[in-house]
Amino acid sequence: MKPFRFDRAGDISGAVATLAREPDGEFLAGGTNLVDLMKVGVMEPDVLVDVRRLTSAEIEDLPDGGLRIGAAVTNSELAADRRVRSRYPVLSQALLAGASGQLRNLATTGGNLLQRTRCVYFYDTTTPCNKREPGTGCSALEGCNKDHAIFGASRHCVATHPSDMAVAMTALDAVVLVRGPGGERRIPVAELHRLPGDEPQRDTTLEHAELITAVDLPPLGFSSNSRYRKVRERASYAFALVSVAAALQVRDGTVHDVRIALGGVAHMPWRARKAEDALRGRPAGQESFRAAAEAELADAVPLRENSYKVPLAGNVITRTLLDLTGAP
Amino acid sequence: MTTITGRRAIGASLSRRDGPQKVTGTAPYAYEHRFDRPLYLFPVESDVARGRVTRIDASAAEDLPGVVTVLTHENAPRLADTSDRELTVLQAGDVAFRGQYVAAVLAETLETARYAASLVRVSYDEVPHDVELRPDRSDLYAPEHVNPGLPTDTQEGDFDRAFPSAAVKLDETYTTPMEHHNPMEPHTTVALWEAGDLTLYESTQGPHSAKQTLAQVLGLDADRVRVIAPYVGGGFGSKTVHANTVLAALAAEAVQGSPVKFALTRQQMFSGVGYRTPTIQRIRLGADQDGHLTATSHDVIEQTAKIKEFAENTAVPTRTMYATRSRRTTHRLAALDVPAPSWMRAPGDAPGMFALESAMDEMAIKCGLDPVEFRIRNEPALDGETGLPYSSRNLVACLLEGARRFGWAGRDPRPRARQEGRWLVGTGVASSTFPVIRLPGSVARIRYAGYGRYLVEIAAVDIGTGTWTALSQIAADALAADVEDIDLRIGDTAQPEATVEGGSSGITSWGTAIFEAARVFRDRYGDSPSEGDQAEAAAADNPEAGNYAMHAFGACFARARVDADTGEVRIPHMTGVFAAGKIINPKTARSQIIGGMTWGLSMALHEESLVDARFGHVMNHDFAGYHVPANADVGQFDIAWIDEEDPHVNPMGSKGIGEIGIVGSSAAIANAVFHATGIRVRDLPITPAKLLR
Repeated sequence: MKPFRFDRAGDISGAVATLAREPDGEFLAGGTNLVDLMKVGVMEPDVLVDVRRLTSAEIEDLPDGGLRIGAAVTNSELAADRRVRSRYPVLSQALLAGASGQLRNLATTGGNLLQRTRCVYFYDTTTPCNKREPGTGCSALEGCNKDHAIFGASRHCVATHPSDMAVAMTALDAVVLVRGPGGERRIPVAELHRLPGDEPQRDTTLEHAELITAVDLPPLGFSSNSRYRKVRERASYAFALVSVAAALQVRDGTVHDVRIALGGVAHMPWRARKAEDALRGRPAGQESFRAAAEAELADAVPLRENSYKVPLAGNVITRTLLDLTGAP
Repeated sequence: MTTITGRRAIGASLSRRDGPQKVTGTAPYAYEHRFDRPLYLFPVESDVARGRVTRIDASAAEDLPGVVTVLTHENAPRLADTSDRELTVLQAGDVAFRGQYVAAVLAETLETARYAASLVRVSYDEVPHDVELRPDRSDLYAPEHVNPGLPTDTQEGDFDRAFPSAAVKLDETYTTPMEHHNPMEPHTTVALWEAGDLTLYESTQGPHSAKQTLAQVLGLDADRVRVIAPYVGGGFGSKTVHANTVLAALAAEAVQGSPVKFALTRQQMFSGVGYRTPTIQRIRLGADQDGHLTATSHDVIEQTAKIKEFAENTAVPTRTMYATRSRRTTHRLAALDVPAPSWMRAPGDAPGMFALESAMDEMAIKCGLDPVEFRIRNEPALDGETGLPYSSRNLVACLLEGARRFGWAGRDPRPRARQEGRWLVGTGVASSTFPVIRLPGSVARIRYAGYGRYLVEIAAVDIGTGTWTALSQIAADALAADVEDIDLRIGDTAQPEATVEGGSSGITSWGTAIFEAARVFRDRYGDSPSEGDQAEAAAADNPEAGNYAMHAFGACFARARVDADTGEVRIPHMTGVFAAGKIINPKTARSQIIGGMTWGLSMALHEESLVDARFGHVMNHDFAGYHVPANADVGQFDIAWIDEEDPHVNPMGSKGIGEIGIVGSSAAIANAVFHATGIRVRDLPITPAKLLR
């Protein structure tokens, strides 16, 4: 890999200030994705600013009943937290569906949100890729694209976001706390990631040198009735073909409220708002679940090799909601 | 034939003699041999699939501190023999496939070498390439023979007359994808060229064959080359000599006196060390009303490389599996701008038996017969390939014992008729076979070390299979000694010549040589030798080879669960029963079969190298993209052996077991998936996308 300087800042402000001076630098936390990308030459930062020990590694109760997750909390710790498991089971399940035990022990909450796509062309520096080298073209558009997006893609990029955790957080309306050269700001997680448009090199709406310091999970009365279902090509240790994070509140047999987000289908975790809108006030059963899924999937634009994702997503949305009603 | 009586060690479930070294990390693999101030090699691979190198600018790489040299076709040492174009490294600017080595950096650290390699700028005169295997190509050709020297086409009876008039007919095409071996230990070499002698610490399946190949290619006397390979972390057919080993040797020649270390990255494993060709297989079966096959044909289309022919023997198992009144088999190749395909665990048999055993399942259903009964009904008296009787053939016993253990009796044949919660459940069966191969040329040397101890030397190799243990057991019985008194030395060309570990032939070839050497030793020195008494003998050709067809057989049963919503497949249980002669060590043998059946599961559900024809290389070239099973994918294995006495195969009575575990297990899973879902997937791997309806 390209030689780089390693900087361990004393505090968050120092880290942000250091990176602000280094246009080709990156923050380093768990390193489970960044270091791999550096080995294969996809990312070649001049400087790594180690933030692993700077942000909080604690999960705190918020006065409103929510939780604040420090950016340095590992995926393993977050998945195992009793409060998360009881109040936000979808998040715990999503984390445990991702990567391997070894990786989850190292990967952080902040870093997980900033994982980069697993598109095979992004990872192969000998092929054109707009995300890696803007302006060179998208090889996946007419190439190996069985794993690629069915929602929100552009002719510049059809890659998907690989995180499971982020899908659950999107369903839960989590908010990302960020510190940057201009101070602090709060970004709803649904606005953290972005669609590729004509700037696929930008995965997120973060500016350079902005550091994720924590993620807030707001209280959601029915988030204890939530689950994550991930479909993949082997039983473990694979990225999602399609995943569904859902929370459901049923009153008197009717859907009172619902949250649905999809993974593996877009350049960002895909909040299925059309499906949610189609469900509120409808009977909680197979027919309305299927209709809601179809309402969402009407917007899908599959590629040559990934049209299977449309029926797959429909089935998994329907099944996951049925599971949340306790149906067999 | 000589056989031994009073066996004590053969047949015992001994733990691996090298187990303590393996688990404590003290069994050195090639790359782990320590040297002072070695140099590290990192290659530059072509990023065009066909053309000519017009310019190489290595200045930025050469300017990096720690870089010793950058080798290119303009400055690399010359090879003596360039007839094998796969091994002709850095001799000319021609590019024949994407990923070919076009330069190599030697540096004082691996990190420097790798970074410097990324700075080498190579310009090409690119020519359109052709990497697509399609059945409608006009340039398909019949090779002179198929691996390992078998007839390309065969014909028995008159298939063209028999098939149209058959009462029950099947005509289907089955396809298998390109697959890459990926042993856990990648290909690694430490090469040292000193005073005209070349020493290689090499991850190889054949120290002597590597030595001979390198001597030939480099123009060295064979006695100036030594290859050392005490421990090898998996081979699966990929660890013969490929361009990487020649490159390491060339580099060592260029920097004489400095050891050169070269380990492939996982990504590089997908472009130069062999792979299994994709196959397109048309199978036609005809049967009479009673379910007896009257017509069988197996027509195969597959690929090879323009630079080197490898003709996978995909239809060969069809020549021996079943009785049929007429039969034809054919192989046709497309020569493409791709790396050379090569042997990959159970070459021919693994893809070929996926097709044949899927077709047999379909045909059993068409005939209204149970798939076990259908196979038994077509059990042959003689081998169709040779017309010879079998030295032993216990396929029927395997099927019956497997059916008993698996609980096959009373199976409801209807597809998509069983559901447990959201899981569709089904069962499937397939037969397995693998030939008994003995390679001529192995020599063993036995020396009495006093105090009841014997030194047994043969340049065999343990690629993870248990050779250290099994050959010790064989030597113990051959010498009527205790295993503890056998001091086995293998994995070094300083020892007597041994054939390559391939074709499940190792134990047969090497064990026979040890038996022969023991016989000579006893003839010469009797039962009370003196310290230093020594005898050496070669394994003779098997005098029975012309009298019998020799194969191992087996039966594999699988239970499949398929998620009705998602098409996810789980295989909770597989039963494998094998008739493979005398089992030298049931414990290590069981490990071989578990590995083989897991490989079959992997082939059925996971493995597929995805080539982008525009670029010409494998895109999913790492373990995130190229899937093999995780532990969670592997369920329970029930493995059993049929007690088989075969006095004809070799003095041990054993048959090779390194590959047969794969053969048939992919079809058993595909058949179980059909039984579960009613969906017949004829195109591996069976992914959720193919099961979503």
